[in-house]
Amino acid sequence: MAFLDKHKAIETHATLLLVLSLLVVTIGGLVQIVPLFYLENTIEKVEGVRPYTPLELAGRDIYIREGCYVCHSQMIRPMRDEVERYGHYSLAAESMYDHPFQWGSKRTGPDLARVGGRYSDAWHVDHLTNPQSVVPESVMPKYEFLLGNELDGKRIADVMSTHALVGVPYTEAMIAEAKADFAAQADPNADSAGLQERYGSAAFGVKDVTVSNFDGQPQLTEMDALVAYLQVLGTMVDFSTYTPDPSR
Amino acid sequence: MCAKQVKKAPHEVPTTGHEWDGIREYDNPMPRWWVWVFYATIVFSIWYTAAYPAWPLIDRATRGYLGQNTRADVDAEIKRFDDANAEIKAKLVAADLGAIAKDDALNQYATAAGAAVFKTWCAQCHGSGAAGVQGKGYPNLLDNDWLWGGAIEDIHTTISHGIRNTTDPDARYSEMPKFGVDGLLEPAQIGEVVEYVLQISKQDHDATKAAAGATVFADNCAACHMENGAGDRAQGAPALNDAIWLYGGDRDTLTQTVTGARFGVMPSWTGRLSEDEIRAVATYVHSLGGGE
Repeated sequence: MAFLDKHKAIETHATLLLVLSLLVVTIGGLVQIVPLFYLENTIEKVEGVRPYTPLELAGRDIYIREGCYVCHSQMIRPMRDEVERYGHYSLAAESMYDHPFQWGSKRTGPDLARVGGRYSDAWHVDHLTNPQSVVPESVMPKYEFLLGNELDGKRIADVMSTHALVGVPYTEAMIAEAKADFAAQADPNADSAGLQERYGSAAFGVKDVTVSNFDGQPQLTEMDALVAYLQVLGTMVDFSTYTPDPSR
Repeated sequence: MCAKQVKKAPHEVPTTGHEWDGIREYDNPMPRWWVWVFYATIVFSIWYTAAYPAWPLIDRATRGYLGQNTRADVDAEIKRFDDANAEIKAKLVAADLGAIAKDDALNQYATAAGAAVFKTWCAQCHGSGAAGVQGKGYPNLLDNDWLWGGAIEDIHTTISHGIRNTTDPDARYSEMPKFGVDGLLEPAQIGEVVEYVLQISKQDHDATKAAAGATVFADNCAACHMENGAGDRAQGAPALNDAIWLYGGDRDTLTQTVTGARFGVMPSWTGRLSEDEIRAVATYVHSLGGGE
């Protein structure tokens, strides 16, 4: 076992040990991670998934700022109990424009991957304002202040540029019209043709963007943005027409 | 206690040859059980990578000879339960809605399954006991005061398509005008019609104003809420002549309602729930006490 006896040379040489350890970890990492970028069965193309609209993206930032992810995950795992309770199991492609994604399995509150369309806008406002008023058993904190924080979408174009930098396909037109689209989505009386042209069924195939006065107030607030975001979660893929490949 | 401790003399065990300040390291062999468990884990890992998806190749990873995959597993698991209830579900879907309650076995299944569906999908708004949320516009389903009808067919339609949502073209729809916000009525007229509503719901009111309010009501409200505020289920217009209120029946809330209108939305459940689930939950809601 002369070969095995050579380990002394490595163990007594700190720098060599460090370099060789790094080499081993690098190879291990490459073997595990690199194939995920080219193997076809890890990259599932799904119709309908689109980048978030400016208002939804602002809502997503509020979701992250308020730490909603601490209690709520956005990943329905392929298990019967989760599928029965939350809906179709999540597909990787559904969070491909999420930076960072909101996967997880630690749930103090329910999973929100498919909460979109499940409740009315008014319910979300009531619930976020005072969760116990509609769900007495809830331990969720109150987010009433969102109704008072007005938004003007001043920085949303910058946020979108940053997302474009990491691969979200925001076009120049989307970024240029960000502020207009931001306001249009929360106002049913506004002209939302441009918003639909950029994010709706014409651009991404399946569904139009939901335009609504989400918080029921005349002004545009953080509540509008957050509810707009919650109402789009899990609704982009139409599972009545799309069946994921069961062999993946 | 161990009477005889077998202790090897120091010279019987070889040392590793390492020595620090006169302290030498024995070269005792690893316990045999530990070594065998270690070898077993190596063998297990080789078997595991052969049995389950593991090695990345050019365009995909090896599938493993067991062919296991999570998506197929969950589909099979769901199918197993669907199949177990397939017979009674088919019967439920085929049955005449009005006949479900008359068939004991079917009724028992539908009520139990419906209760489960209700607690998963409906309780967030209507409450886990189906009493709704008083004063917030989430209707109580335990009483016989129905907005859109309490026959099982009506309940079934409401659940299937929802109310005033934008996703289902068949959703029940009606829209109360914003009498104050849109300037359809003067503030004084709103004050009068509120007194009239307080009068027909037998609450304290100002009789002179209410008399004027009767005309305002007849001209603006009676088309939906009917003469004397009896309500109209075809339009989801609530009865105003009783003590049951969706958003509240006091003077302030009524003024708010007439000024800005109300627009309660219920999602459409077609697609999210299967037909047998919708029928089950309709049966459950119908059985809660107010079913007609």
